Amino acid sequence: MKNLLATRWGIIIVGIVIGIIASLLQLWGNPANMGICVACFVRDMTGALGLHRAAVVQYLRPEIIGFVLGSFGAAYLFKEFKPRSGSAPIVRFILGVFAMIGALVFLGCPWRALLRLAGGDWNAILGLLGLAVGIWIGTRFLKNGYNLGATRKTHTSVGWIFPVIMAGLLVLMLLNPQLAGEPQSGVLFYSVEGPGSMHAPLIVSLILGLVIGFIAQKSRFCTMGAIRDLILFKQTHLFLGIVGLAVAAFVTNLLINQFNPGFVGQPVAHSMHFWNFAGMALAGLAFSLAGGCPGRQLFLSGEGDGDAAVFVVGMIVGAGFAHNFGLASSPAGATPAGITALVIGLIVCLLIGFTMRDK
Amino acid sequence: MNNIVDARGFSCPQPVIMTINEINKVKNGTIKILVDTDTAKENVSRASKAQGWEVTDIKPEDDGFKVTITKEG
Repeated sequence: MKNLLATRWGIIIVGIVIGIIASLLQLWGNPANMGICVACFVRDMTGALGLHRAAVVQYLRPEIIGFVLGSFGAAYLFKEFKPRSGSAPIVRFILGVFAMIGALVFLGCPWRALLRLAGGDWNAILGLLGLAVGIWIGTRFLKNGYNLGATRKTHTSVGWIFPVIMAGLLVLMLLNPQLAGEPQSGVLFYSVEGPGSMHAPLIVSLILGLVIGFIAQKSRFCTMGAIRDLILFKQTHLFLGIVGLAVAAFVTNLLINQFNPGFVGQPVAHSMHFWNFAGMALAGLAFSLAGGCPGRQLFLSGEGDGDAAVFVVGMIVGAGFAHNFGLASSPAGATPAGITALVIGLIVCLLIGFTMRDK
Repeated sequence: MNNIVDARGFSCPQPVIMTINEINKVKNGTIKILVDTDTAKENVSRASKAQGWEVTDIKPEDDGFKVTITKEG
């Protein structure tokens, strides 16, 4: 059967659907210009589990659970579930850690960078430029033989681990539901103020997350791949998907009065241009060395890729460090500790790129 | 002449890079590419067409696919 979502119009339509959903999620309660942000949402989940204790960013985002389970469903339905693992997991873990730290210096993953742009936050331009430069550096390594090695086919149950963890988190959320005005419900933390307190109803978030997970798995939607393929192969296929996302979110924002152009006073954003640029450059480099943006890593985790799951676990650990060590930026700007971590991250990623090559 | 690229186990963009490297090496003829995911199959096919090669056959093989591409010399 031909995969319609992997055609040119397929990927454009998937981008448009994601853009509209993201904009509507903001209308229905998610933070401004953050209808979907894979990095921010994974960070919020880390907080909900108490692995960091930044009180304003704690919520077990059902969208992320939906991404993995939707992809899992699509992969099973179309017989694409392929349990595989063993391509340098520790490297993927480290790349996940630093991708998260870079994203939290900017305050968003590539998805949110596009949504911020679509909402009129011009600081996102610096972030997107940084992202492109980081990915460009990644393509230089790819051209010179950078390669983490092949995965191996493995037991079916290995591929089930990450989707089962996500299902378990959903059960945890249903057993420990949010209590109005309470920062804690059983074992889970819930923000009572700040971005973590802003969210669409659980069922809405979950269903829309499942829809996106399903169509993104089938279409191979990837924000990093979009820019990488453009640079590396002059291919516009995936790029059309992110253009669709940005345009659809922009138009929807205009229609529902969510478009507020400017640099200053943008929601969950800062205007330190260089650090916006550098944060996303680090994230972009880490994504390209790992072969996928954070969203794509979630979708791959759903279709049985154990190494992508390790990358996501790295992002969770990175989010823990980012808030426990004060590395994440705030609307006041980047922190000195964050800048230090960013420099260390760039050095580590460059070392990975230089030393892990096929001769 | 039969050239084989074994890209099994590699995720994007490696199968495409390996295919393009082979295309640049042989210039024309027939290349068979072994991949093990649908994504790699689609990406390799798309990239080959962009390089002016024709995808002449896609067959399931060993839990994956064998993609055959050709270009007249």
